[in-house]
Amino acid sequence: MIRGEPALEVKDLKTHFNTQDGTVHAVNGVSFTLHEGEFLGVVGESGSGKSVSMASLMRLIPMPPGEIVGGSVMFENQDLLQIDIDELRKVRGGDVGFIFQDPMTSLNPVLTIGNQITESLKLHTELDKKERNSRALELLELVGLPDAAQRLKSYPHELSGGMRQRVMIAMALACTPKVIIADEPTTALDVTIQAQIIEIVRDLRSKLGTALIWITHDLGVVAGLADRVLVMYGGRIVEEAPVRELYATPHHPYTKGLLDSVPRLDQKGEELYSIEGQPPSMYTEPTSCSFAPRCPHAFDRCAQEVPPLRLISPGHKAACFFNVTTGEPYVD
Amino acid sequence: MTDLQEQSTSTGNGDVVISVRGLKKHFPIMKGVFRRQVGAVRAVDGVDFEIYRGETLGLVGESGSGKSTTGRVILQLDDATDGSITYLDEELTTVSTNRMRELRKQMQMIFQDPHACLNPRMTVASIIGEPLVENSTMDKEARRARIDELLTQVGLDPSHANRYPHEFSGGQRQRIGIARAIALNPEFIVCDEPIAALDVSIQAQVVNLLKQLQEDLSLTYLFISHDLSMVRHIADRVAVMYLGHIVELAEVDDLYDNPKHPYTQALNSAVPLPDPIAESTRQRTILEGDIPSPANPPPGCVFSTRCPVAVDRCFTDEPAWRDTGGGHWVACHLA
Ligand SMILES: Nc1ncnc2c1ncn2[C@@H]1O[C@H](COP(=O)(O)OP(=O)(O)OP(=O)(O)O)[C@@H](O)[C@H]1O
Ligand SMILES: Nc1ncnc2c1ncn2[C@@H]1O[C@H](COP(=O)(O)OP(=O)(O)OP(=O)(O)O)[C@@H](O)[C@H]1O
Ligand code: SF4
Ligand SMILES: [Mg+2]
Ligand SMILES: [Mg+2]
Repeated sequence: MIRGEPALEVKDLKTHFNTQDGTVHAVNGVSFTLHEGEFLGVVGESGSGKSVSMASLMRLIPMPPGEIVGGSVMFENQDLLQIDIDELRKVRGGDVGFIFQDPMTSLNPVLTIGNQITESLKLHTELDKKERNSRALELLELVGLPDAAQRLKSYPHELSGGMRQRVMIAMALACTPKVIIADEPTTALDVTIQAQIIEIVRDLRSKLGTALIWITHDLGVVAGLADRVLVMYGGRIVEEAPVRELYATPHHPYTKGLLDSVPRLDQKGEELYSIEGQPPSMYTEPTSCSFAPRCPHAFDRCAQEVPPLRLISPGHKAACFFNVTTGEPYVD
Repeated sequence: MTDLQEQSTSTGNGDVVISVRGLKKHFPIMKGVFRRQVGAVRAVDGVDFEIYRGETLGLVGESGSGKSTTGRVILQLDDATDGSITYLDEELTTVSTNRMRELRKQMQMIFQDPHACLNPRMTVASIIGEPLVENSTMDKEARRARIDELLTQVGLDPSHANRYPHEFSGGQRQRIGIARAIALNPEFIVCDEPIAALDVSIQAQVVNLLKQLQEDLSLTYLFISHDLSMVRHIADRVAVMYLGHIVELAEVDDLYDNPKHPYTQALNSAVPLPDPIAESTRQRTILEGDIPSPANPPPGCVFSTRCPVAVDRCFTDEPAWRDTGGGHWVACHLA
């Protein structure tokens, strides 16, 4: 695929939570670029820092206890971590839209669907009242909500989970954003409803050209939707690659283990590979490879240094000292 | 044993652990000051199936389709509204409370959320030991030895027996729940979404453990899950539930490679494959609309409101539950 200009450039992002039990090192130096019109999948296990890193981009974490301790997020020639909060509010819901796992947390229960969309349009666009109303209807039709005109007058609780998620997508799209960040938007939905939502998103991509960050733990969803994938572990990106390359030739042992441990619907598998052990504690700043205690290839260096992201081939990076292609450690 | 004998025993009554006939569970909907019943949630609305000794019967379906209710009613944690359930030829819907207490030892349950069903103030040893205290004559020493044995069996370190649940990860807590479930050497276990709350990398650990235990202890499982890929991996036969009905039931490969019910077909095509190349060329059937309410199911076929191939009679006549050959059961006018 043709890659556009960078839409969002994240450098060395670090986020901590200062809790009673100590400092949670949730995001430990995350750098990546999202290109215009690109679909970027973010996978990794629970607690690996997917939500916190992507919410940090828009400073949407609770502060305190959260604290963005370093990094930069360049969007339209400004650093979103530095600009003042009023400027940032214009970006949120304007040029950058959000879709969360549970739409009820982001929909206002006492406002009709129509009002929520028109409010957002009022805040972020120059449209007049009539234009806002017709745009709201157009958006609901765009996301395939049945009886869209009727639904404008509905309250969130009157809709099913799948319908609410469509409304969320409509709201995220309201101000024709350049970037949408979707955090597990289909995880709470049934699989046939998830399929409906994914179909809408695929369809919108060809119509709108919005860039999308899609967080999920479902390697199937990513396979069907993303152009490129970030794999997170222990608050860092441990691998980054074009989607086909990631699935065909994973370079990080965690990615490989993860891919081997998912069963496939279209095949009767043998015993599943299982990554032994537990995810790392996030209470200490990593000084080694966080995956080392679970890694089948770990050797002494892995316990001594944090492996940097290494370029494997154009667009493919992995943070590992072991070269899976040669079966030997890298010498450098 | 000759082939013929083998066949006759594996389908004969002796090998049936659970048999369910016309099972219904309706939850009344009450309204008003006089708590008058105004309707019913037809959570399970007439299902028939067998579970054979040593097999894993997978039970799949979307949220609210009645999977957990089916499991709970089989174990008599909820009363059936109608129908019959036999365990090794003994009718459970009419059995005495005392006898049921006896039978419970042989029929256990593993739950989705290992957190919710482990008492946080009890040590692991007392959680696992509780059924032993209540149901056996073991002395303290024998019990301790059995707890160690159980912990080892589920892959936990016996020296951690005196720790509390919160000191364990989600996957380890699920192992504690499993150890408790197998403590009394059960015959049959209902596993209700045992891996749904776990991380992908931990799910494989728990599923492999369940498979290993099944082999070692000749367990029979009803494995409830909405993860069709995992069910393909673990089950011998699979039943597909929709709105309180089982719409299809077959040998696992038969069900996935040759689904006959339009719902099973749609469900199969909706599950994303962890394979970008396969995904890019896949034919998808996207179902329209939402699942109707089980308090007000449609007439005729329960799937008719979303079925892409429905014909006139689907909206009026309920399709019969029939064996289309080789134990491949389906309820569809067109199958
Ligand atoms: N408000 C908070 N206070 C303290 N710690 C937090 C808070 N929010 C997140 N964390 C911690 O930050 C780390 C990263 O969490 P995050 O939510 O980003 O994980 P995730 O990858 O999105 O996981 P999941 O798949 O479960 O959503 C975790 O260790 C988490 O416990
Ligand atoms: N105790 C109860 N009282 C009233 N209704 C109930 C009760 N338990 C379950 N139901 C209803 O019965 C239907 C079937 O529920 P059940 O929990 O069996 O579904 P399920 O297939 O296990 O779903 P899930 O995948 O969400 O666990 C649902 O509509 C549910 O709301
Ligand atoms: S009986 Fe009719 S409505 Fe039901 S699944 Fe078959 S074709 Fe579809
Ligand atoms: Mg998250
Ligand atoms: Mg359930």
